[in-house]
This record gives sequence, C-alpha cells and structure tokens, in this order.
Amino acid sequence: MANFYTDNPDLKHHLSHPLMQKIVALKERDYTEAQTYDHAPYNFDDAMDNYDKVLEIVGEICGTTIAENAEDVDHQGPRVENGRVIYADGTQKNLDACRKAGLMGMAMPRRLGGLNFPITPYIMAADIVSRADTGFENLWGLQDCAETIYEFASEEQKQKYIPRVCAGETMSMDLTEPDAGSDLQSVMLKATEQPDGTWRLNGVKRFITNGDSDIHLVLARSEDGTKDGRGLSMFIYDKRDGGVDVRRIENKMGIKGSPTCELVYKNAKAELCGSRRMGLIKYVMALMNGARLGIAAQSVGVSELAYREALAYAKDRKQFGKAIIEFPAVYEMLATMKAKLDASRSLLYETARYVDLYKTYDDIAKERSLTPDERKEAKHYSKLADACTPLAKGLGSEYCNQNAYDCIQVHGGSGFMKDYACERLYRDARITSIYEGTTQLQVVAAIRHVTTGTYLQLIESYQAMLAETEVKPELLPVIENLKEMTARYTAAVTAVTEVKDAAFGDFMARRLVEMAGNVIMSYLLVLDAQRNDSFTHSAIVYNKIAQAVVASHSDFIANFKPGQIEDYKAC
Amino acid sequence: MSLNIIVLAKQVPDTRNVGKDAMKEDGTINRAALPAIFNPEDLNALEQALRIKDAHPGSTVTMLTMGLPRASEIIREAIYRGADKGVVLTDRVLGGADTLATSYSLAQAVKKMENADIILGGRQAIDGDTAQVGPQIAEKLGVPQVTYAEEIMAVADGHVTVKRRLEHGVETVKAPMPCVVTVTGSADECRPRNAQRVMRFKYAASPTELNALDPQQAERAQSRCPGIIQEWNAEFVEADPQQIGFPGSPTKVKSIENVVFTAKESRRLDNDDAQIEELIKELIANHTIG
Repeated sequence: MANFYTDNPDLKHHLSHPLMQKIVALKERDYTEAQTYDHAPYNFDDAMDNYDKVLEIVGEICGTTIAENAEDVDHQGPRVENGRVIYADGTQKNLDACRKAGLMGMAMPRRLGGLNFPITPYIMAADIVSRADTGFENLWGLQDCAETIYEFASEEQKQKYIPRVCAGETMSMDLTEPDAGSDLQSVMLKATEQPDGTWRLNGVKRFITNGDSDIHLVLARSEDGTKDGRGLSMFIYDKRDGGVDVRRIENKMGIKGSPTCELVYKNAKAELCGSRRMGLIKYVMALMNGARLGIAAQSVGVSELAYREALAYAKDRKQFGKAIIEFPAVYEMLATMKAKLDASRSLLYETARYVDLYKTYDDIAKERSLTPDERKEAKHYSKLADACTPLAKGLGSEYCNQNAYDCIQVHGGSGFMKDYACERLYRDARITSIYEGTTQLQVVAAIRHVTTGTYLQLIESYQAMLAETEVKPELLPVIENLKEMTARYTAAVTAVTEVKDAAFGDFMARRLVEMAGNVIMSYLLVLDAQRNDSFTHSAIVYNKIAQAVVASHSDFIANFKPGQIEDYKAC
Repeated sequence: MSLNIIVLAKQVPDTRNVGKDAMKEDGTINRAALPAIFNPEDLNALEQALRIKDAHPGSTVTMLTMGLPRASEIIREAIYRGADKGVVLTDRVLGGADTLATSYSLAQAVKKMENADIILGGRQAIDGDTAQVGPQIAEKLGVPQVTYAEEIMAVADGHVTVKRRLEHGVETVKAPMPCVVTVTGSADECRPRNAQRVMRFKYAASPTELNALDPQQAERAQSRCPGIIQEWNAEFVEADPQQIGFPGSPTKVKSIENVVFTAKESRRLDNDDAQIEELIKELIANHTIG
C-alpha cells in the first residue's frame, strides 16, 4: 500500500531540521503539558516521534483513500441541491477518513481539542494531501481558519468553535465578492448590529471555496457609509443558525472536487470576531498569510506528483530502442523538475519554521511577558516569515505550473489525453498562482523586502552559516556562483531604486523578487545538501537554473531605459 | 446498552507481497522474509466492532490474538484505531496448533473474559485460508455463528442482525447473543489510526515488552496506559494440555510440493448451443460448477 509520507525521505529531512529543537520546545512550553494531557510529548524526541507517526497516518490515508478517489472526484464533482452543497462521493469519504484519523485542527492547542502541532509538520501534511488530491487539500486545509479564531476571537468564541473544527467541522473564509477580488477594500456585504449585540449579514459573496462549510469567517462592512478597508470587520457565521444559501457553484477548470460557491446572505445571524474595523487591515492579512503558506504547500504537493508521474513515464516509455529518460532532452526536463520541486520545498519549510517561531512567541506573550531577547527574536522571525511567505507562494506556485507543463511534455501525445493523471494535474495546478493573491500580488507583498534589504540579510545569514562550516567540495563552485549572483542582485536593486520612479519600480519588481527568491532557494539547497547528500544533484542543477535567471533579469534591467516603459504601455 | 465485544485477530505474514524468499526449502513459510501484518479481514471485523461501539457508547472492544509475544503489535494497532484493550494468548505449548487446537485455545480464552456479547473475527487468515477457526470457536462455546458477514446492521433486544454476503446475493439473518460473527473482506474497510490515540497509546506495552523497556519508558507506559495489553498462557486459560499445540492437532502436513499451473486459462468456443452445452457438462463433470 502506498504511503505518501514514508515513500518520500525528503519530507523527513525537512522535518528534522536543526531549528525544530527550538520550535518544539517553545510550542510545547518545555514539555510541561505532558503532565496534563496523556497524548502530549515528554521531550523533543517524543514530540518528533509523534509528528512522524501522525504524518505516517496522513501518508497512508493519502496514498490509499484520497489518491484513489482523486480521479472520480474530478469527474463527479460537487453539486447544489436546495441551497446546500453535496460533495462528490470520494470527497465525503476523504473527509470521513480525515475526521476519524483526527487530522482536523492539527495546529490548535490541546485544551481546545487540537494536536498542538507546530505549523511545520502541519504544512507537511498539507504538502502530502495535495499530492494525493490538490482540490481536497483546499477543504482539509481550511482548518487554517481556526487559527484566526484562535488568534483574534474572544475566549468564549474559541471555546465554542475550535473544538468543533477539531472534531471535523469544515470552515470557509468568505472574502471575495463580485466587485471585490484582489481589491478587498471594496467589500460591500452589509453587517448590521442588533440590540442584543449580535449582527445580521446581508449581501452576496462569490468564489467562496467550500462555501457551504459549517463555520464561516466573513468579511463584511460594519461601518455604514464607509468605502474603504477601515469600515470592514470580521464575523463568524455558524451554519447551525441558518441564513446563508448557496446560489450556485462554479464550473471550474481544475480542483473540481472543491466547491466554489456563490453565497446569498439573507439576514444571517453572525458574531463579531475581534474588534470592529480591524477585519481587513488586521485579521484578513493574518488569515491570508496562513492561507498563502497553505497554497505554497499545495503547490509543492503538485510539483511532487508532477515529477513522480513524469519520472515513472520516462522510465517506462521506450522510443528508438530505449527508455526516453536516457535522452538528454528528457532527463534535463526531469532534473529541472526535481530541482524546482526541491527548491520550492526547501523554501516552504524554511518559511514554515519562521512562521512557527514568531507565532509561538506571540502565543506565549498571551501567557507571560516575553524577555527583551525573546521580543527581539519574535520580531526578527516575524519579519522573515512576512518576507518568505510571498516568495514561497509566488515562486512555488509558478514552479508547480511549470512542472505540470513539463509533466505533460514528458508524456508527449499521451499526456494530452485524459488517460493520465498529468492532465488533471495540469488543470489543478493552474489556480495556485491565482488564488490567495496572484503571483503579481505576491510581488507587491515581497518588494519591500527587496528595498529594505530583508532578503539580502537573509542571504548574508546563509553565507555566514556556510562560512562557519566545512563545505563539501562539490558545492564550492555553487557557493562561488551564489556570491556572484548576490552581487548581480544587489546591483540590479540599486539600478532600479536609483531611478526613483514608482512605475518603473513596479515594472521591475517581479524581476527583483525572482532574483532574490532564486538566490535564497539556491542557498537553501546548498544547506540541504550539506546535511544530506541526496540533495547535491538538485543543489547543483538548481544553481544552474537560478544563475541563468539572475543573469537574464540582470541583463534585462541593465539594458532597459526607463523611457521604454512607454513602449509597453502602448499595447 | 453497553456491550462486551471481542475481536479475534491474527498477526500473519504478508502473503500478498511474496518475494522469492517467501518459502523455505522444505516448503514451509519463511516468516522472517515476510513482514508481519494485521490479517486483513480481521481489520474488517474490527471496523464492525467499532461501529457497534459508536452506536452503543460505553461498550468495550477487547482484542484477542494467539501467537508470539510480538503479536502485541497488532493489538496496539487495533487500539490506535479505537479498540480499548487486548490479550495476547502466548505460550510455547500452544505452538504448532492446527485449527482445532487453535479454536480450542481461543475458546478457552474467551471463556476467561466472561460476559462476551459478540465475538467477531475475520472470515479467514491469509496465511492458512481455512475459515475454520471462527466457526469452531462458536461450536466450542456452544453459541450461534454467523459467517460471511458484510455488515452488522443492528444490535438490539439481545440479538444481532447481520447482512451476509453469499455467492449469489445477500442474506439478512438475526442471531441471539452471545454469538460468533465472522466478517468477510467485502465489508467496509477499517477506519484509520487516530492521531491522538497513536500519541497516547504508543506507550501501551505487553508485559514482555515492558520488561525490555528502560525504566523511564516503562514508567511512562505504566502511567499512560497501564495493563491494557495483557499476556495469557495456557495454564491461565485452563487449557487441557492434550488439546493444545502439537498434541492437540490431528492435522499433520505430510509433504508440500510446488505446483506449476499448466492449464490454459481460456478456451475459445463458437457461438452455438451445442458447444456451450458440451462445456457445461464438462465443467459439471470436473466439479468446477454445480
């Protein structure tokens, strides 16, 4: 029986990163919960053993139930009856399996029924689930929304909702409206306060993933007469109260098992979550960062499957008397796919660890005041998480699309037929670079870390790390390249910022962000290869790819005259 | 209504993944070369037991297995999925048992458990494929047996209602409790291991395992899940030495030979009644059908 965790040793490599010692000790409050809860770990090794065992369950369910149902779910899809969504049969079975295995609310604290997992192993589960069925990852991954309730809702609301999520109730985040997509400031759904303190919601939401969920987080306009983000608040709608119906579900290109709903709110009762007016500016931003990390994981899962499908086919398919993998044109494609997969996965877990560290400090700060050193660290990791999340989502989702494309290319004509999984994968991959903020919006989120130097500091920290250790000889040329690439990156940043023109900066932003991302991922693969020889090939191959990207962008910027923007505008 | 449910399970070599080292020279199974797994149909039986427990809160699901001390592994596996506790019936003198001696030994253990309402087990184990142990246990306990169960539909008023999967359809039967029900592989698959249970019950240890643990680990096992995996021996279940192990097993393996199938799997007939009739006669004559 296939197990998508145990068949992939790369996952264990990332799970056993040295920084986990610190993350787990903080998350487990120095293992004090072992006295209170009979399933809490006694020490670091015990905790790691727990993650390993639970991921093995995830891997087994994914390798059997979820992967086996994926094709049927893609064909059958969900439907709407009397305003309610009915999942495809396979989706329902997948959800049942995850509920029985207790894989909902994984990152929630034990006192609320969760497993108290750090984000890193939780994100690893998302990576595995996505490989099995990308669309199902959405439904399962929406347990993320509980994080927002945990961080911002009242204690009473936490007690009311989070145990239900841990027991398997699903969630949704109702943000988008017909006229408010990327621009959420334009949200119009109306929230009206009642004398008893509850609220009523009226209006329409569109493109809501799993919109018939049990517990909704809803962004709505609570401040009459306002037009911008400061008039928006976050609400919790409980399906048990009624008032929200599904008008229709979209007919999508991919992730067809995941119902994308148009919702009609008719005087639906809701509770305010957190403070008024903070809906968009604080809570959605937090929610979005969590969701973006989830999409980054989803993208890596797709890349993993794309690589595996292509590799298996290339070994099996014979042309001109030999397996096609023996031809340079084909093995180059496969090595490139693997390198992109490994690079995006390294960045994914690097980001997850930063998120773990700052979020755990934030959580500890609710129990006691942090020491000055801890506060400093929390701030540092928060900045790194903020910088790495859009990179992991933006570049990871682009890579997964490229890998899905190459997966079909390796399959040749067969890949264009509906007979192979790569066809579904190609459609499923496409959304990852669009939802939870398009790649272009990830660039908007990332660019200030180019200009303020966060990425450069991160790169320098990797350089320092490597300077302190004995680097494997085969990696020395890579490190030399990386130094030169870093120099080209900083020169390009200077060249763009010196122009002092906002439009020009925006125009070049993606190139600068990609250069930073390529250098960072290339460093991360060197660090992986230092710990584990199995990453050496990818470290070298990826560096070749990254070097070419950096050179290309650097040339583009160097040869571009600011006035030439006009030629682009003329389209 | 809370029920006492016993699930019979066996740790078996994984005969579904047979490699070239699977058989020894003498034709017996090379257990060392095959991974030991939870007999698949026993997992189907466990799922039925857990559903009864879901429907009747307060019920207890107790696993019972006979085998080497390491068979505690499948008890832990069952506990991860929702069983409450288990017993490994293990003793050198029980070794070499055929189905008669095995069912006697297990029946003795069931008697020790007292007040069993339902005894569930898989239809058969993949190492022997006899499907005899369940029915024989029922006979020895003097209780009704329902075989080929696909679903336990209801447990009420001292009776179980069971859907049986037969060759030509399904049959629904009702049996008074206590009774033995053997479950077929077409029944619903067993639920997965539960994350929280795994983190807690990974410490569950049988007495043999407890002895091998370092003191700190043993203390944790004792504090988190004390005594939920027990070991019983032949004396404890008051088994008659003449009815167990080799002495109690009339079945003797005389010899084992390798058989290579030579018959062709298909034969082509023309579309006419005479040839079809001829084939039917032939199949009846060689007992393939009828």
